[in-house]
Order: sequence, then structure tokens, then C-alpha cells
Amino acid sequence: MSGIVGYGAHVPIYRIKVEEIAKVWGEDADAIKSGLNIREKSVPGRDEDAATIAVEAARRAVRHSGINPKEMGAVYVGSESHPYAVKPTATVVIESIGASSSVMAADLEFACKAGTAGIQAAMGLVDSGMIKYGMSIGADTSQGRPGDALEYTASAGGAAFIVGKDKHEVIANILKTVSYTSDTPDFWRREGAMFPTHSGRFTGEPGYFRHITGATKLMLETTGFKPVDFTYAVFHQPNGKFPMVVAKQLGFTEKQIEPGLLTPVIGNTYSGASMLGLASTLDVAKPGERILVTSFGSGAGSDSFIIEATENIDAKRGMATKVRGLIDSNKMYIDYATYLKDKDFIKGR
Amino acid sequence: MEKPSAGLWRKIKPRYNLVGSQCKKCGSTYFPPRIVCKNCGRESRMEDRQFAGDGEVVSFTTIRVPPDTFKDEAPYIVGIIKLSEGPNVEGHIIDNGRKVEVGTKVKAAFRRMYVDGEEGLIYYHYKFEPI
Repeated sequence: MSGIVGYGAHVPIYRIKVEEIAKVWGEDADAIKSGLNIREKSVPGRDEDAATIAVEAARRAVRHSGINPKEMGAVYVGSESHPYAVKPTATVVIESIGASSSVMAADLEFACKAGTAGIQAAMGLVDSGMIKYGMSIGADTSQGRPGDALEYTASAGGAAFIVGKDKHEVIANILKTVSYTSDTPDFWRREGAMFPTHSGRFTGEPGYFRHITGATKLMLETTGFKPVDFTYAVFHQPNGKFPMVVAKQLGFTEKQIEPGLLTPVIGNTYSGASMLGLASTLDVAKPGERILVTSFGSGAGSDSFIIEATENIDAKRGMATKVRGLIDSNKMYIDYATYLKDKDFIKGR
Repeated sequence: MEKPSAGLWRKIKPRYNLVGSQCKKCGSTYFPPRIVCKNCGRESRMEDRQFAGDGEVVSFTTIRVPPDTFKDEAPYIVGIIKLSEGPNVEGHIIDNGRKVEVGTKVKAAFRRMYVDGEEGLIYYHYKFEPI
């Protein structure tokens, strides 16, 4: 059985508060903060993109795992903001972690869930014996049109997970994964378009809730587990509110989702979101504790995983870069004008 | 007119991973990598050496009148970093809110250095981050 042998995260240090955006558009910051359950979001530096975030997360994952990167058999990078339309992000990652050239590599895209799709691909390759280790990364510098509701949440960050199956190395077994997928046009961005388009409220019920609920229920029905059998749960978090609502609908408590609920303080990191939530939860998970993770990508689909921490998790904890520490230890607040400049949104320059 | 890609490709190892060189004969370390050791000349026996990226600021300056390539970055700091393994390296120092002084400890980070026009390549590079 395959499992996680190491993980790493990266969140840019720059932050913009809801108040700073709301005052430009004449909106009520308090209403947005309570409506979306978000206080501030991360903003990439001018010199950061999905590739640099993927590399920083991947390097931390390799360090945490203690594996020889030359033994990495596959690297997948899930993102909807790959820096090139044609030229893989994954090749930048393999070179920067010191992997060998005999590695499978590809970029994936499935809105916010391409990174978890990569974990599933890596699991298959590891379980079949085709490779020893596989890494999947979810990383994004997501786009929100100025003045759109997405502007309050679309942020930047990512996480990398290394999958292996040596029981002396695995810090958390992946007991099972299932997916729930349908063709649902809730959110999209056409080739060459700067910003995504979304269907407003339609993104909620037929998009997020149907797929998260569909995948999670399928997982619980096929395994016999109940919400109470999990110490923690992580659901995709496009804002701070949706994961709390879906958790309640499915019978999970706020306490179960608390360690992995990061959107209120960093925004929606898209492909990074559920994976950062899982990384943050693994930071505190003890041996034997079970975590249910369900991602969501618009378009639409959800991947659900049952993950159980092993005895090795404590031994490797010292090598992990804690996600909450990364978020809280160093941050710089920027104003809206700087945000526009850093995003290259200023005309006439 | 975009730059040709061979220059980027040849320098990936030093730019991504701080791979310099070390003389196996006398132990001297170099960055960027050298083919011949300054001490050993024709006796030199050079090999790749990847540096960890930890170091401290030896000297720095704030660039306020940048070349076109970095026109939207200014003001930014460029410094000379003494790596823990020995060599001095020139590099950009990231503004993370921490004060930069001679002696400030830094670690290498992976960042975009510049983007070649509208359609050219993206140049990734190490930068240094104050810790």
C-alpha cells in the first residue's frame, strides 16, 4: 500500500487584507469577511509564479522525506496558472530538486484539484511497482478580475507530496482514494484569457457541494467509515465558508476541519488549497489518527482520500516546515496600488 | 527579438541549484564554476559542487536606476553573499521586510529573475532571502 513519505509547502509572504480591497470598490468589508470567512489573502511577489512556488514546496518535501531525489520516478505539477502555455513546469521542478533524467514528468490541469489527481497517478505507479517514489505538487498564483468577488480570495501557494511504499519511510498510509467527476460548467478560463469566468451562485450547489458530497459519500459508503472515525477532515476551500458548510452537511465538526482550514488567513490557493490543508493537518496528526481529504476542481470533480498517520510521522516531524509557521512567521502587508503593480494590472506602463 | 535559449540551458545548474565547482586537489570552492583552479593551475582536479545556499551579506547596494530588464523591480537590493562553504556570490536579495545589513544571514530561494519580452523565455534563478 502506498503512502506519503514526505511533504512540503510554500506560501508567499505578501498579504492583502479584505478591507484594503473593499475600500477601493466601495464594498462592506465586514460583510465580506463574515460572508466568505476570510480576513486576508496571500499575494505572490513579482518574482514568484506557479513554478517557483512548486519548486520551493518540492524542495521542502524532499528534505522532509529524506529520500534521494535521484530515485524519484515521477513528478506531476497540478496548476491552472502554469507560467508557460507550452513548456512544462514539471521540468523546472525535476531540475531544481536534483532528480535524474529517468523520471516521468507532466503538468496537469483540473482547476483546483489537479494536484490531488497527481497524487492518485503517483499512487498507481508506486503500487504497481513501476516507480519507487512519485511526487505531486499543487501550486497556483490564481487570478481574480479586479472588482470581482474572486478578488478577495484568489491567492497564491502550493504543497508537494511524495508517495512511496516502504513501510519504514511512510509517515501516513493512503488507505483508499475515489473520485466523483462530471461535466459541469461552473468556472472556466479560455486559452489566452487573463481572468476566469464563473457562474456566480451556480458554482456552489451543482459545482462545489455536489462533487465534494458525491466523492465523500462514495468514500464513506464503500469503506464503511463514518465521520466520527476521522480525527481530521480537509475539504477544498474556495473561501472560508464553503468547507464549514459542507463539513456540517456531511456530519463532520468544526474541530475536525480546524487544522486544515487555511483560507481565512491565506485565501484560496486553488491547486494548493486542499493539499496545503492536508499538509497543515499532517503537521499536527499523531500516529494512528485518520484524515479524510476531499478536493474539488471546477469543471468539475472531487478526489477523496483516507489517510492514516503511521508511527514514522513523529520521527520525521523535525524535518518538516510547518505550514502554520510558514504562514505566520513572516508576512508583509501590501496596499491595493502595490497589489495592482505587482500583478501588472496598471495600464500605460 | 527574444534571446536564444542555449544560454539559459547551459546555466541551469548554477542558476537553479548553486552548483559551482571544487578542486579535489586543494579543496578550493568556486562560484560560478571554474574549469581550472586558481591555486593548482594545470594540476587542478575540478568537480561539481552544489552549495547549500546559506551565507551572509558581505556587501550590498540598492538599485534605484535599473536596467530595462528590471525596470518594474526597482528599488531592489543586490549584494555579495559569502556562502558557508567559502565562495562569494553575487545575487539579488529579496525584500521580505527584514533589514539588510553587512553580516545579515541569508538563505537561497528559487525565484523568477526576468521574463524575456512578451513571448520569450522565463529565467529562473537563485535569489537570497534574509533570515
